[in-house]
Amino acid sequence: MPKRADIHKILIIGSGPIVIGQACEFDYSGTQACKALREEGFEVVLVNSNPATIMTDPDTADVTYIEPITPEILAKIIEKERPDALLPTLGGQTGLNCAIQLHDSGVLKKFGVEMIGAKEDAIKKAEDRKLFKEAMLKIGLDLPKSGLAYNMEQAKEIAKEIGFPLVIRPSFTLGGTGGGTASDWQEFEQITQRGLSYSMISEVLIEESLIGWKEYELEVMRDLKDNVVIICSIENFDPMGIHTGDSITVAPAQTLTDAEYQKMRDSAIKVIREIGVETGGSNIQFAVHPETGRQIIIEMNPRVSRSSALASKATGFPIAKIAAKLAVGYTLDEIPNDITKETPASFEPSIDYCVVKIPRWAFEKFPKADQALSIQMKSVGETMAIGRTFKEALQKGIRSLEIGRFGLGADPKDEYEARSKSPDFKTEISKKLSTPNQDRLFYIRYALKEGFTVEQIFALTKIDRWFIQNIKEIVELEDEIKGSAMCPELMLKAKQFGFSDKQIGHLQGSSEAEIRGPRINGGISAVYKLVDTCAAEFEAYTPYFYSTYEREDEVRLSGRKKIMILGGGPNRIGQGIEFDYCCVHASFALKEIGYETIMVNSNPETVSTDYDTSDKLYFEPLTIEDVLNIADKEKPDGVIVQFGGQTPLNLAVALKKAGLRIIGTTPEAIDIAEDREKFKVLVEKLKLRQPVNGTAFTVEAAKEAANRIGYPVMVRPSYVLGGRAMEIVYDDESLEYYMTHAVKASPEFPVLIDKFLDDAIEVDVDMIGDGETFVIGGMMEHIEEAGVHSGDAAMVLPPHTLTKKIMDEIRQATYALAKELDVVGLMNVQYAVKDGKVYILEVNPRASRTIPFVSKAIGVPLAKLAAKVMSGEKLKGLGFTKEIIPPQISVKESVFPFVKFPGIDIILGPEMRSTGEVMGIDVDFGRAFAKSQMAANSALPMGGKVFISVQDSHKEKIGPIAKRLRDLGFEMIATKGTAAELRKKGVESEEIHRISEGSPNIIDLMKNGDIKFIINTPSGKKPRQDEVKIRSLAVALGIPCVTTIPGADAAVKGIDAMQKYGPEVRPLKEWHKALQDKLRQ
Amino acid sequence: MKAHLVLEDGTHFAGEQFGAEAEAFGELVFNTSMTGYQEILTDPSYKGQVVTMTYPLIGNYGVNDEDVESSKPWAEGFVVKELSSIASNHRSRGTLDGYMKKYGIVGIQGIDTRAVTRILRTKGAMKCVISSGDSDVKALLEKVKASPGLIGRDLVKEVACARPFDWPSQPGQKPEFTVAAVDCGMKLNILRNLNRIGCRVRVFPAAATASDIMAVKPDGLFLSNGPGDPEAVPYHIKAVRELRDKLPIFGICLGHQILGLAFGGKTYKLKFGHHGGNHPVMDLRTRKVDITSQNHGFAVDIDSIPDKQMELTHVNLYDKTVEGMGHRELPVFSVQYHPEACPGPHDAEYLFDKFAGMMRENKHA
Repeated sequence: MPKRADIHKILIIGSGPIVIGQACEFDYSGTQACKALREEGFEVVLVNSNPATIMTDPDTADVTYIEPITPEILAKIIEKERPDALLPTLGGQTGLNCAIQLHDSGVLKKFGVEMIGAKEDAIKKAEDRKLFKEAMLKIGLDLPKSGLAYNMEQAKEIAKEIGFPLVIRPSFTLGGTGGGTASDWQEFEQITQRGLSYSMISEVLIEESLIGWKEYELEVMRDLKDNVVIICSIENFDPMGIHTGDSITVAPAQTLTDAEYQKMRDSAIKVIREIGVETGGSNIQFAVHPETGRQIIIEMNPRVSRSSALASKATGFPIAKIAAKLAVGYTLDEIPNDITKETPASFEPSIDYCVVKIPRWAFEKFPKADQALSIQMKSVGETMAIGRTFKEALQKGIRSLEIGRFGLGADPKDEYEARSKSPDFKTEISKKLSTPNQDRLFYIRYALKEGFTVEQIFALTKIDRWFIQNIKEIVELEDEIKGSAMCPELMLKAKQFGFSDKQIGHLQGSSEAEIRGPRINGGISAVYKLVDTCAAEFEAYTPYFYSTYEREDEVRLSGRKKIMILGGGPNRIGQGIEFDYCCVHASFALKEIGYETIMVNSNPETVSTDYDTSDKLYFEPLTIEDVLNIADKEKPDGVIVQFGGQTPLNLAVALKKAGLRIIGTTPEAIDIAEDREKFKVLVEKLKLRQPVNGTAFTVEAAKEAANRIGYPVMVRPSYVLGGRAMEIVYDDESLEYYMTHAVKASPEFPVLIDKFLDDAIEVDVDMIGDGETFVIGGMMEHIEEAGVHSGDAAMVLPPHTLTKKIMDEIRQATYALAKELDVVGLMNVQYAVKDGKVYILEVNPRASRTIPFVSKAIGVPLAKLAAKVMSGEKLKGLGFTKEIIPPQISVKESVFPFVKFPGIDIILGPEMRSTGEVMGIDVDFGRAFAKSQMAANSALPMGGKVFISVQDSHKEKIGPIAKRLRDLGFEMIATKGTAAELRKKGVESEEIHRISEGSPNIIDLMKNGDIKFIINTPSGKKPRQDEVKIRSLAVALGIPCVTTIPGADAAVKGIDAMQKYGPEVRPLKEWHKALQDKLRQ
Repeated sequence: MKAHLVLEDGTHFAGEQFGAEAEAFGELVFNTSMTGYQEILTDPSYKGQVVTMTYPLIGNYGVNDEDVESSKPWAEGFVVKELSSIASNHRSRGTLDGYMKKYGIVGIQGIDTRAVTRILRTKGAMKCVISSGDSDVKALLEKVKASPGLIGRDLVKEVACARPFDWPSQPGQKPEFTVAAVDCGMKLNILRNLNRIGCRVRVFPAAATASDIMAVKPDGLFLSNGPGDPEAVPYHIKAVRELRDKLPIFGICLGHQILGLAFGGKTYKLKFGHHGGNHPVMDLRTRKVDITSQNHGFAVDIDSIPDKQMELTHVNLYDKTVEGMGHRELPVFSVQYHPEACPGPHDAEYLFDKFAGMMRENKHA
């Protein structure tokens, strides 16, 4: 069928900020869809609140709204834009839920908007547990025994019937939020209560536990002619009981016979037909009993998902792009396969390699969180590796994780030797194997080394014996390498098993370089094979490569000038989509000016690893060895390391040593900025001001320095990103604790100590330079006071309280630093302003997290410009020579994963903990801030009761805030001390018990839904337990909770503005046009 | 033990032996199915061929007693990247290595099977040897060159049953039809499917004559898959020519080619054939696409059939080759691919039901 002629304008909803369970895979799919639809001549209207996305770039869609993804806002956009159709399946659960709400509220009908791809009834059938169950029974599929409950009584009845262990899953939530497994009544009640409150419709499914069953996923596509194809099968290494997002997964399925696979395939086809997803991709999950083979249908996602992004990268089949084309009427046979060009998309990819995905967690950021893995997703990112065998892919995957490991152990971080001496080691191994956790893979190795059999490990983990056997073979080869001289046969085998030179060197007692040189001279080098969707049956035209050690190399070299861009690897807190955005821009920009671009990255969720982003894509780990292998082959004219975050920066010096040309700011200049002593010299030379500081290698030296500087001090290890292990310390005792527990200071890794400037205002500046011209891209004032990590702080651009004099001083300092460091590319500087004095906190001569936000706020693609200047162009030639100060206000707000870690305190500090960000743009601060809160899923309340409890030093400042809240129609509730204080300021409040004073206290009121807003600043350096309780309950119940005075002040401004004006929507292009108009004046 | 794979063009791959120790010759083909190695090995159509699996990890789920398409493996040899050292599946009864040893099939692993595939894709299927003993590559190459190819060689007689036999309907099922099936190397799942649609089957050797077949008064004639060059079985073509307007006929794979020849058409050899489970085939009447199981090296030139008697019904969307045809007047149809799957998708199972429908209509006409 040809494309539909009756629709012209299509609305796409994005997935909003990056959160656990919903990351940049939706930028990847949304961007693909926008491109595909525009290619077909449709007008695309896009809504997403996340500025760090390629999809919100002004040229991705025809009309782009960076606005909160809420039904209210969407309704306004629909009213304004009048799209013919809404494609709801590309924005994750957020987009899907929003689309359903728009349908239910009648907005779609009112404005004549048709849902395409999946209709509301199909979405509901797939998402609503009860309807889904009925549908599955109707088509004769096997299901776990289960029941639905809407309250605790019903839940208990069902539990009695089925028996423990039980799984509790709330309906209509994100990434399994609020679910859990219960083995007794106490656990059951706790999880069920939480589940009922998290579900949008207060519904939980209670079902037979399938823990330990094998888990599979199929990625399925269907078109309007009812053609159905399976794009990819995925087998979870970790069995049922662990969220897929937290599971190591492998493609294709490894341990199913064809008969079993085809049965699953038949079921999947029945499912997509019965659910009625008309067109597009769905993810369908199955469980298989390891001993009986009983196949059970688990769930279906009627939309593109994390797994579909993975499947796309694993096979080369662009699911989202094809889904978009199917949604507008094409059938699979009418769409060509991009990779082979001559064959159609109506086929099932055959792959001739093995793909392993490994999640990356961030528990180091949440030391108090429960680290056991279960059905609620906790990982923040993932990496994918491709190899010709599982063993090779697994080891490549581990070193792609960037957790300091170079494979499955046998590397400098290997603790086996030391730990095997412990008498309890075997007991610990058993424990770590039976309770899933982020280190389980390494414990499997320990177990094998300690003599556990495959069968024993299977019994403890229920991981399929085939996987364990393969790991065993890796471990056996490790022992062989350790005991032998490296003959060519052994070397080749080691490389084919995925061993890195670092591991081989570690086992052989030599360095990585000592292994690499002779290895290559001996003729054992990496070869590159194509990901081609068809197992080499047809010629492939898309250069998407992975490395292996075999006979034939398929790389085709061009004679063009080429630049290699190193990506950021797996998402983690502190290094996420913002950096991928920059890498993608670099690629686009360099292509524009005629370079061949070569992308190297290992993150399957990203746009950078889309095969048509760059001229060539190498899906490889970002280690020296793997990057040099590619460089040996491609011989690039330049390498960009300053866009992918800390990952590629860490490689800069070694790459340069190996003879590669690092373009842009030199590694030496980067080193000056990162090396404390060298930087101090620079600051002094430029006569700038730094907080008093020192460096310490020992506890004693640290104490001495801290006392000299004066408490409070900010302490952190050198060379970190995302504020890892950064803390504010108030006295000797805490300092000693920090030095001995939080960091292991050593001559190699000193601890940096800075005077902490409390109550200062922090400012972030992003600048671009070409060595001659330096231009500030954006100056951002933090809303929270100093001490909150810049990745977590809300920011406003342009600054709203700084004087011109201060801003000018900051500008001068920035330019002076840039000139001195000879910045070619981007640079980020952080300042603190206290008592009218400007202090430099940090300089990062690289792309920063705020580049996408600033680019969108000022309407200039800074990363693109930076890539061009790095390749030798000049800002003058590019037409960007003057700082733009926008007339409108842009607010960046951060989004946190606290809801996934129940009980964690939400107080912000110098250690970054946010996973994503949103942007609010409007004509004044209040409205922009209010929008940012709405977008961050903590919309400011417009009335009701506010609970106020602040530390003593804040009592002075809370008065005016409370007064304004009262004037805005709020009622105050406070504990005794605060109430008295408020009364003094003339604000009456309802007094309430402290938690320790018994009921009714604030917890009761919160649970009753009486509290609409909380202002609660921490009482001291160590927060009191009841405060933590209030704050974490606020997160669980979704009550907006502000923990700083400036935050409260901003909230009041936001509420005021919203009460006066309400939210209005405006497309990005209009904001940018206003900017241009202003510039012309 | 070391083993060697030598191709007719002189390409040499060294690897490791598994399965039986032997020297095996055959036409080297690649199969892109990611699962189903046991069905592939036991498919008689692979007689005369050495199979390279493009999926690199083979043997993972071992072998079992159910997933066989005939009484034993027929492929001459097996080329893989990595053989699993264990069998992991609840139905497994042993390892692939043990299975191939038992049946005397030689395998070679540690091979860059993607490189092999790319050679075959560019140069076409070619003769090869896997040798676990001889390491004299030059001598092996001479032997390869001297070995027989597929063209004009009757491999059917080596795999077909020697005597007719009955394949009764399933217990408790009252058969609606009697089908005569000519076994040129028939896959078991064809019989299972014929059962499913209500047939009891009289299976004939490939050499059966028209009168042998008509003697059982069948309601329909089924022409099976089988190995090698269809032109090399003139006796079978002759029988089908005599029966072509007497009975509803359904042909699969070799049976489809035989039908083409029986109606006066020609067949030709494809460059590297179709072997896999992912080829899209469009039913030209419904415009719907099935994902199909494929295993053939020859194809029918439909334009060579006189008087346009056969209508093109199915086409391969990869290379536009003929995948199915139906007679314009007679209840006769055939497909080049494998609706019985095993291994592969079940999308085209409906063709058996179509055959049942034809027989029903013919019976009551």
